Amino acid sequence: MYNFTFHRPTTVRQAAGLLARNPEGKLLAGGHSLLPVMKQRLAQPSALVDLSQVEGMTGVELKGRSVVIGAMTRHADVAKSDVLKEVLPGLASVPGSIGDPQVRNRGTIGGSIANNDPNADYPAACLGLGATIITNKRRIAADDFFTGMFSTALEDGEIIVKVSFPIAKKAAYEKFKHPASGFALVGVFVSKRGPDIRVAVTGAGSNGVFRVKSFEEALKKRFSPKSIEGMTIPASGMNSDIHATPEYRAHLVGVLAKRALAKATA
Amino acid sequence: MAKVSMTVNGKAVTGDVEPRTLLVQFLRENLRLTGTHVGCDTSQCGACVVHIDGIAAKSCTTLAVQCEGQSITTIEGLASPDGKLHPMQEAFRENHGLQCGYCTPGMIMAALDIVRRNGNSLDEHTIREQLDGNICRCTGYHNIVKAIEAGARAMAK
Repeated sequence: MYNFTFHRPTTVRQAAGLLARNPEGKLLAGGHSLLPVMKQRLAQPSALVDLSQVEGMTGVELKGRSVVIGAMTRHADVAKSDVLKEVLPGLASVPGSIGDPQVRNRGTIGGSIANNDPNADYPAACLGLGATIITNKRRIAADDFFTGMFSTALEDGEIIVKVSFPIAKKAAYEKFKHPASGFALVGVFVSKRGPDIRVAVTGAGSNGVFRVKSFEEALKKRFSPKSIEGMTIPASGMNSDIHATPEYRAHLVGVLAKRALAKATA
Repeated sequence: MAKVSMTVNGKAVTGDVEPRTLLVQFLRENLRLTGTHVGCDTSQCGACVVHIDGIAAKSCTTLAVQCEGQSITTIEGLASPDGKLHPMQEAFRENHGLQCGYCTPGMIMAALDIVRRNGNSLDEHTIREQLDGNICRCTGYHNIVKAIEAGARAMAK
């Protein structure tokens, strides 16, 4: 790992100031994606701004018809939140499937979203629920936030502070885990909140997380696995690597969407 | 260089480190606590698991400077001062929960975290699921699982 300077602000304002003074710097959340990448020397930030001491960035809170999760909330803490398990169990099930217990003890929701790994789980949950990403500057709809593989709408110096998830009556996540890494080979998040129906897919698309509009359209008639029976999505635009072909991933999208719908409507 | 202070196995320690120093390097090279191992150095294998403020973490994926002011427990911090093994260590010995022993410190630190999260009565399925982040390259999982089940029960006494 190349060396860097290390900073530990206690407020979001200080953190933003440090980023402004260190244009080649990066924010450090749980560090479980960034530090491995730095070890491989694929990233060499000049400074790390550690968010762990910043006040007001952790916790899961019910606010009206939404659940608001602080960006620095660890996966393990989101997974065990009683509030979340009660009002939005579909979302509560997501962090428990990330990595392994030690990774979940350190990794954070904000870090996962900001990184937008094409195989990560939280991007699917955000897009699949129509979440709002709240930064120190503005509110960004999930539909506008994820702009491609490892890329987001975040501007320089912008810090995710919290994420607000609307409570959907029906919501579930199904994932086909890569057996070694635990990442989603394909993961599908489905939800229904009034007329808003969403099917979001991670792991499959070569451009990161995406919505399956054809499935969403078909589910408008009835939110049930039967509504998308026999439907497929094209293999073009799917990821291809040693783990799975584009055709296999496209097939899994249909299979997992049906499983998620069955879970959401059970 | 950065100054770092933390508590390790109950003792206050300080050090001058480069910010890029990993917690596991600080423990092994600065403090000479070589019980914590580096297996893969890629956050996969769990040989480096220690507790940070009581919660299991991979010390190869944590910077020493991130632990400023925190309390670290390593495998060396488990036995009583008189040398009496912690019940989980004793259970690994009793059940022969190791072959080459390289993964053992991480296994034991992870096992204690499993007990913290799931209680003292553990079934085999839970233990195997929760050991997801610890790899035994000898593949000696059978006795490791038995040891954790027995150790968890012994800790309740």
